[in-house]
Amino acid sequence: MGKFSKKKEGGTPAISTASLPDIVFMLLFFFMVATVMREGGEKKLVVKMPTADQVKKIEKKGLVAFINVGQPIDKYKAKYGNEPRIQIEDAFASATDVGPYVLKFKASKRDEEKGLILTSIKADGDVGMGIISDIKEELRKVNALKVNYSTKRGAVSKNFEK
Amino acid sequence: MAKRNLQEINAGSMADIAFLLLIFFLVTTTMESNYGIRRKLPPPPDPSVEKPILKMKNVLQIVINGQDKMLIEEKPATVKEVKKIAMDFITNNGKDPRSSDNPQKAVISIKEMRETSYKEYISVYNELIAAYSVLRNKYAQKKFSKSFDQLTEEQQKTVSDFYPQKIAESMTK
Repeated sequence: MGKFSKKKEGGTPAISTASLPDIVFMLLFFFMVATVMREGGEKKLVVKMPTADQVKKIEKKGLVAFINVGQPIDKYKAKYGNEPRIQIEDAFASATDVGPYVLKFKASKRDEEKGLILTSIKADGDVGMGIISDIKEELRKVNALKVNYSTKRGAVSKNFEK
Repeated sequence: MAKRNLQEINAGSMADIAFLLLIFFLVTTTMESNYGIRRKLPPPPDPSVEKPILKMKNVLQIVINGQDKMLIEEKPATVKEVKKIAMDFITNNGKDPRSSDNPQKAVISIKEMRETSYKEYISVYNELIAAYSVLRNKYAQKKFSKSFDQLTEEQQKTVSDFYPQKIAESMTK
């Protein structure tokens, strides 16, 4: 008994948790700043982007129209098959929808921002260039010439690893 | 009236609230990096403008077939070799009569098939940009003793006029 009571007297005081909220807030702010609310709503395609090292960062995300290309995810395979498809915002689309979408996107921006619009193609590495070319053709038709091929950052050799 | 002591608000639950928010953001965070290769597409074909006539030797022809096999100037090549071949071609300056006259005239043309994979195309494209950026950096070092990124806009223009990035893509058949 005496042993225990002795320890109680001279033991280390409890660690103060008063700074815990501060620490948590710090983390919170970090994640708030780093968070990117995924644009384009529900993901319906498998998009494994290729890697490249000569890349630039997209600065103004509000001025970027995203076009996704890839195979439908398992859930939609029965309905849409295995062929690569285009997804714009929430819905499956065909190449001919790309032009109207970009024009609509452009129309929703302020005049001084219209020249800065960028179209980002987020495509799976394994899709054929055919579908990409179709998109490019459509973009040329509506004069949306600034294109960004979304990639991950890394050595090109990673593209050919299994 | 006696001054009432204001009771302090208990801040003990602050941590819990912050934790709740923290967990929400942790779950929704995707940490998506937004990087990509920038490209300007050629404007829609204008019938009133005549196509410039290029000398064959000023064009480096890269053809990629449906099985991702590449031919550069009709010789088989791999992605790893693209950068060197492109650099040699651009900086030929008329040494080899079958290669480019000077960097300003050099054009690289990529032709791909519908079945060519996107990653192969991106890889080749990336290597070509890499070749140009190496050359531009070298020129920037020589002329301004700075790397290309550190130059002023005007200086960058001088450098990119010396090594214009002329990568032509033909429409896929």
